[in-house]
Amino acid sequence: MAEKKDYKVVGTRPIRHDGLDKVTGRALYGADFQTVGLLHGKVLRSPHAHARIKSIDTSRAEAYPGVRAVVTAKDFPAVEDKIADLGEGAANVKDLQDNVLAGEKVLYKGHQVAAVAAIDPHTAEEALELIDVEYEVLPPVIKVLDAMKEDAPLLHEDMRTDEMGEQSEKPSNVASHFQHKQGDPEKGYAEADVVVEQEYTTETVHQGYIEPHNATALYNPDGQLTIWCSTQGAFAVREQVSEILDIPVSKVKVVPMEIGGGFGGKINVYIKPIAAMLSQKTGKPVKVLMSRADVFEGTGPTPGSYVRVKMGATNDGRITGAEAYLAFEAGAYAGSPVGAAAFCVFSPYKIENAQVDGYDVVVNKPKTAAYRAPGATNAAFAAETVIDEICEKIGMDPLEFRILNSAKEGDIRVDGPPVPHVGFVETVEAAKDHPHYSAPLEGENVGRGVASGYWPNFGMKSSVVINVTADGTISLVEGSTDIGGTRASVAMQAAEVLGIPAEAVTPSVADTDSVGYTAVTGGSRTAFATGYAAYEAAQDVKGQMVERAAKLWEVDAEEVQFADGVFSTVNGKEHEIDFKGLAARLDETGGPVVGRGTADPNQPGPSIGLHVVDVEVDPETGKIDILRYTATQDAGKAIHPSYVEGQIQGGAVQGIGWALNEEYIYNEKGEMTNASFLDYRIPTCLDLPMIDAVIVEVPNPGHPFGVRGVGETPIIAPPAAIANAVYRAIGIRMKELPMSPGRVLQAMGKI
Amino acid sequence: MRAFEYVPAKTVAEATSLLAEKGDQAKPLAGGTDLIVMVRENRRQLERMVDIKDLPETNVLSYSPDTGLDLGAAVPCHKIYADDAISAAYPGLIDAAKIIGGTAIQGRASVGGNLCNASPAADTIPPLIVLGAICVIAGPNGSTREVPVEQFCTAPGQSVLETGELLVSLKIPAPPTNSSSFYLRFIPRNEMDIAVVGAGASVVLNDTKTAIVSARIGLAAVAPTPLLAEEAGASLAGKEISDEAIDAAAEAAQAIASPISDMRGTAEQRTHLVGVLTRRALNGAIQRVKEA
Amino acid sequence: MPGKVHVQTTINGEAAEYLCEPRQSLLEVLRDVLYLTGAKEGCNNGNCGACSVILDGRLVNSCLVLGAELEGKSLETIEGLADPDQLHPIQDAFLENAALQCGICTPGFIMAAKALLDQNPNPTEHEIRYWLAGNLCRCTGYDKIVRAVQDAAQTTS
Repeated sequence: MAEKKDYKVVGTRPIRHDGLDKVTGRALYGADFQTVGLLHGKVLRSPHAHARIKSIDTSRAEAYPGVRAVVTAKDFPAVEDKIADLGEGAANVKDLQDNVLAGEKVLYKGHQVAAVAAIDPHTAEEALELIDVEYEVLPPVIKVLDAMKEDAPLLHEDMRTDEMGEQSEKPSNVASHFQHKQGDPEKGYAEADVVVEQEYTTETVHQGYIEPHNATALYNPDGQLTIWCSTQGAFAVREQVSEILDIPVSKVKVVPMEIGGGFGGKINVYIKPIAAMLSQKTGKPVKVLMSRADVFEGTGPTPGSYVRVKMGATNDGRITGAEAYLAFEAGAYAGSPVGAAAFCVFSPYKIENAQVDGYDVVVNKPKTAAYRAPGATNAAFAAETVIDEICEKIGMDPLEFRILNSAKEGDIRVDGPPVPHVGFVETVEAAKDHPHYSAPLEGENVGRGVASGYWPNFGMKSSVVINVTADGTISLVEGSTDIGGTRASVAMQAAEVLGIPAEAVTPSVADTDSVGYTAVTGGSRTAFATGYAAYEAAQDVKGQMVERAAKLWEVDAEEVQFADGVFSTVNGKEHEIDFKGLAARLDETGGPVVGRGTADPNQPGPSIGLHVVDVEVDPETGKIDILRYTATQDAGKAIHPSYVEGQIQGGAVQGIGWALNEEYIYNEKGEMTNASFLDYRIPTCLDLPMIDAVIVEVPNPGHPFGVRGVGETPIIAPPAAIANAVYRAIGIRMKELPMSPGRVLQAMGKI
Repeated sequence: MRAFEYVPAKTVAEATSLLAEKGDQAKPLAGGTDLIVMVRENRRQLERMVDIKDLPETNVLSYSPDTGLDLGAAVPCHKIYADDAISAAYPGLIDAAKIIGGTAIQGRASVGGNLCNASPAADTIPPLIVLGAICVIAGPNGSTREVPVEQFCTAPGQSVLETGELLVSLKIPAPPTNSSSFYLRFIPRNEMDIAVVGAGASVVLNDTKTAIVSARIGLAAVAPTPLLAEEAGASLAGKEISDEAIDAAAEAAQAIASPISDMRGTAEQRTHLVGVLTRRALNGAIQRVKEA
Repeated sequence: MPGKVHVQTTINGEAAEYLCEPRQSLLEVLRDVLYLTGAKEGCNNGNCGACSVILDGRLVNSCLVLGAELEGKSLETIEGLADPDQLHPIQDAFLENAALQCGICTPGFIMAAKALLDQNPNPTEHEIRYWLAGNLCRCTGYDKIVRAVQDAAQTTS
């Protein structure tokens, strides 16, 4: 469906529409919201990783001067045990409620237990100390393999394993086990000259957005609830709050403020229902802000995992069979991204004999949330390093190996669906042709590694409304919150259709009462699906404008054409008017023009990338330095190349952080000991070189301009690429993430 | 965080009496980069913060090649490393002042505050130790006393300061001829971390710069307080510069380290790093003398 | 409980006064008392730089300064950087280089970059990275931020 290639707006680099507000400090994020009569809420959190709540006495806190209300799980309405669709994944409503305020048990340190609203944040914080909670402390279980043991402490006494559709008899921490299989891996290994099998572990890591979660709620006596907050999905907040508090969705209005990063972690609600409950009790607007420690201890990290991958190949480099065993920590409630890991682990490759087993396991850690290509990084760390080992054993260039084994359109993925057209070979070729790959490596203890990352991308629903303004500009109203420049990339798609400059579009993100349903900004879907809706809305405008031109010239609409921003009659140049000129004449031709577009596109088109990294390892300290980094990625069509590069660079750096130092560190009591930006070490700019982002464009046939989502893919490859580079630097295969200096020293036998 | 009062002191005497009045419920505020966080996170509760940033005595920054450096306890790091003469005389101290937190922290944090915070991992303490710094402490009744810096910290977060006492300044002797100093730490990132291990060294070389006349070695994050590795330093006195001599000193430094395992590193990793960093600190200091 | 402190100070070149509790940080005062919400809270303990401001010419974390300490001082915040009709060259450079994604760290980075260029108009890439290491960005990977500062240095020097 991809249209013409000589775009006027698509592919250019205009200044983003919300840029000025963001460089002047004027942009209002969730925590910046102010209103009259505001109360401030604070949340009491569990000090224990696992405990039964014997009693909660809030009377002292309620009596404290300045306190206006206290809430606990007792204040929740009763809800049914049912699964709610939340945009990017579904969840059990009871679990959602229990995670917001613990009922019978606390399941991780940081689990929310009670909350206070008071006249200022300090008073609220003081009052938390006056809430008396009696706990019966239970033994915690923190690691996935420990939680899978028969005698492991149980988080949920009633949880049974969904064993490929059958319920287990005994309760277990394993929520589910699924399997995908095609062909026979054993047959594949029999044909192989080399078989490699390795085990890998990864620790829990956090999305690490700089803006903590926030919410201000106002509950009116007529039952109307308004929530101002930062979120990846205003509609997802509306649905969750509606389910958790048992309020009709039509009574919940969510006003999305600017959002300071999310990466998947700002979809689930934590404090939004609490702010609403506190407002309901006080009749006042209540603002609740998380601290950084709250964010680490109480919001969705991504799973720690145990992954085992086995792969066989012939000496001439053909993969003959492969297996993956994926055991993922879901956190306190079922629902890890192990399913996504399963469909990514081998997806770049054509493997006729493959099997993938996935286990979703609860542990005493915060409930995991989506994090940029959720699950895929854990899986690729294993699969892409096994491939590197095979390449080494058969003496083949790892890029040649990937080209040789790349899945082609129509090949069947192990989890069932056919592979759509995607530029895997093109990204590998781009890396091969890049000067980085052939640059000599100088010095000792340096090495170069490569790895691929694959993400299927998501479509889902979006709505856009366009209003034509008399001065020839348009206002574009969308429901996708803008985390990284999507106002620009969505606006540019409408501008392209209407033949107007990007600057002639005024995009705005609307609240849930003011725009049609729009799914979360997640799944790499916004430029793709909301862009698609903008394209449709612009087409609607175009159609209406053609009719207006026809009216103006008193001809049939069929006689009017629109090209290069100009409406004209088909026969000769009798009549001609550009978009701006016609916009000025709407009043006389029938009044306002409003275009609408909705989209639910089902061909998001996967995105794939190939990363090349040079590292230097200090053999005395075990520290890994990133010397040079190049990331290629198929973007389909880059609407705004600067922000596509930005996604690739930012994703790569999150992957570098995951590879090197990021991890939740737990003590024996199951307490996270590094819940701060001091000791949860995300990369600083001094830890990095420039990141060379190479955009490859293999258009996605499922989008009018060929767009593929780009946000998630770039986080997948870095850990494996770095591990492969470390091997070439010091001859050690790292099988644990993060590859922190202590772990490297240990692997080298130095300590 | 509990409510507290904020009182800016105008004289040292006023500061000590304001502190004395509240006993352990009062603390002096200089850069505040540790104190404010500690109070905010309820790791310490106070009734009063006494701002000592505007006193002449705590702001002194004067160096002479004859008498050495007088460094007021509230002088922020950035002022120290902006001074070329001080930077040339005490490069080991500058190494530390430039890596405490980020640039914004260095805009406020003082060496005196870093010392009074008495963290085992404090970056400026090993260089202060190897440079032979003396703490000048004012007492409540106009008294003053002096304490060698290696005796200042007594336990994590604790020091020899008694109720009502205030660290006013640090005196660092003038560097001898053919001497230099060096500090480095190991952190997993390249900035913004607390030392897993820190090591400082000062050396005095002979006229031909081939032998070590004397050396001092200071360590951080390997014991409840920063340490002077006395025997390790002494082992180098009179030795020709050689890898063997430096290795021996590094081993002696490792011998006095008694690190713990925590989220920043294991005891084994830290003991290993003491050896690595002591060697690098000594070689760094020697190199600086040679290049001078 | 100790009463509020009356503070007279200068903010973005204009006289300002306010009342604050001694325990309120400068960041809290800016955001909750003066409604200057350009400085952001990312960590509240000096590890992210989102609250960076310039106090008496020196870059500081406003979360690590007490509001009460501002008496007689001079403060620059992001709100005071642009002229009414023109952005500061660093702001322009951030826009032109697409050096922001979510934008929450941007005011802090811009203030940190201003403090750098004020004292070192021609920094090397390493000097820029060292100076900005206290400002965390989770979106961009820093590449375009460093380039924006390099660009701004070219423009301003």
